[in-house]
Amino acid sequence: MAVKAYEFIDHTADIGIIAYGADIKQLFINAASALFSLITKPESIKESLRRDLEIVSEDRDSLLVEWLNELIYLFDAEHILFGRFDIETLSCNQLKAACYGESFDPLRHKIKTGVKAATYHMLKVDKVDSGYKAQVIFDI
Amino acid sequence: MPGWQGHLIKIDDYHWEIPQSYKSGMRVPGLVYTSEEMLKSIREEQTLEQVANVAFLPGIVKFSFAMPDIHWGYGFAIGGVAAMDVKDGVISPGGVGYDINCGVRLLRTSLSEAEVKPRIKQLINELFVNIPSGLGSEGKIKASRKEMEQLMLEGARWAVKHGLGSEEDLDATEEGGCIKGADPSKISDKAIKRGMPQAGTLGSGNHFLEVQVVKEIFDPEIASVMGINEVGQILVLIHTGSRGFGHQVCTDHLRVMEEAVSRYGIKLPDRQLACAPIESREGKDYLGAMACAANYAWNNRQCIAHWARESFSRVFGKGPDELGMKQVYDVAHNIAKIEEHTVDGQKVEVCVHRKGATRAFPAGHKDIPERYKKIGQPVLIPGDMGRCSFVAVGTQKAMDETFGSTCHGAGRVLSRGAAKRMLKGSEVVHELEARGITVKAGSIPALAEEASQAYKDVTQVIDVVHKAGISKKVAMAVPLAVIKG
Repeated sequence: MAVKAYEFIDHTADIGIIAYGADIKQLFINAASALFSLITKPESIKESLRRDLEIVSEDRDSLLVEWLNELIYLFDAEHILFGRFDIETLSCNQLKAACYGESFDPLRHKIKTGVKAATYHMLKVDKVDSGYKAQVIFDI
Repeated sequence: MPGWQGHLIKIDDYHWEIPQSYKSGMRVPGLVYTSEEMLKSIREEQTLEQVANVAFLPGIVKFSFAMPDIHWGYGFAIGGVAAMDVKDGVISPGGVGYDINCGVRLLRTSLSEAEVKPRIKQLINELFVNIPSGLGSEGKIKASRKEMEQLMLEGARWAVKHGLGSEEDLDATEEGGCIKGADPSKISDKAIKRGMPQAGTLGSGNHFLEVQVVKEIFDPEIASVMGINEVGQILVLIHTGSRGFGHQVCTDHLRVMEEAVSRYGIKLPDRQLACAPIESREGKDYLGAMACAANYAWNNRQCIAHWARESFSRVFGKGPDELGMKQVYDVAHNIAKIEEHTVDGQKVEVCVHRKGATRAFPAGHKDIPERYKKIGQPVLIPGDMGRCSFVAVGTQKAMDETFGSTCHGAGRVLSRGAAKRMLKGSEVVHELEARGITVKAGSIPALAEEASQAYKDVTQVIDVVHKAGISKKVAMAVPLAVIKG
């Protein structure tokens, strides 16, 4: 049976995601995919560039927030949309990832939501039967 | 999620207390400004739990306040006020919010509805072209990195120095459009990179520019001091903030505070309340960075006001002065400020966090412009795009009760997702057009999120603050045309 990668949840002022993953790496990948599917149609993102990211944080939960905030930054400042993520290493407070995507093209990419930040509010990373589950609320 | 079931003590029709005993760890009680009717929707979410959580913060004085437009935010509710003693209190980036100095600016004109209505389509198209808006919009201002630093230090004055506006505008802006203490060395490269291209842009989401028409004047004497003289007069209301720049500043400093919380031994019921002592390095760094973002936002509204005047001039073939396009006032809705207040007869210096709240200083206060000394500080309360907006003034009662603060707007009742499921953007446009309101938006589907149905009725909000005495309502205006990013 196919496992759901992510879903969206409502929050009055903003919007949230619940991401799932068989392991922590997949969880982080699915959370990033959820972020970009909030922004635009994921199918519309081609792979024409690669960005290597390294993120260090205090603990695993804030690592997730900072990972998402880094991707939001790259979209807002450099207008890059990412469609695929390859997490090379992931520890409890550090990750290295290769991210694949392309520059925003107003003719091909329809922007659905302008996500401005990932927050710590109601942040939850839980172990569940099928692996892991994370909840993140975004400021939009 | 079930609604908030906590116990509230009714003090009178508009004051409700969350007792300190509600939750162990609260340092002060909560005080909610609401009517019985509005309380129903407030109780539907966990908003008041957040008001109680804010009462945990070290150094909080008197109450954790909730204004009638309060709604669920992250960490702090939106529509809250919390004052912390500078000596032993904390500052929290979450208590300001991501969009630092999101605020509103009101311009008046000497034009009437009859003069503007026949040319409203042309006017709105002209404004839409002249004012950069929408997601990822980039501005007409090409500030170099060095100029960007100057902009952070000078705020709205930076724009005025570049020919976008006048000294008179600065005088009619909270803090003169430039809060002191800005420290560009506390700004990350990332924030600068996000901020530089977005300077002078309206943005998206709930940000807007509205051409409005005065519908009702409640206090003609006070209104005339603001240059609001008659029903049918045209006003321009601008709502925007510090764009990606403010978001990055908040994100950067929340991260710093996240790490600082345990070091300072602060116990919090929610991570998003991360904070540090006002006098600590982390606290001072944030205040210096927040001031940069606040100034960036004031510069933003200054530029947009100038371009709005330009557009009116082109359409009506007269200069802005001839069109009477003076600034009524500009207020911040998301900010933390060090202010002097009187508590139990003693003068204290406090850091007032206003998150989705407006400063509302009374007549005679030293920090309001000379021209408004007799009436009190103008307070600008935008509603949603289908209803109306209010102009009010601050009162002594606000000074005595809420650290000189009042509400900021309508407040959401529907999540963006729920609004989109309920309505289509195109239907919202038709509904508004049928009522004579022209809409121009970067994204039509996103308009559904901003429909009237997604918001509380701002009239109820203003009635509560007016009857509770923390503001005095002066005038009401309705939209004639709306630009949404």
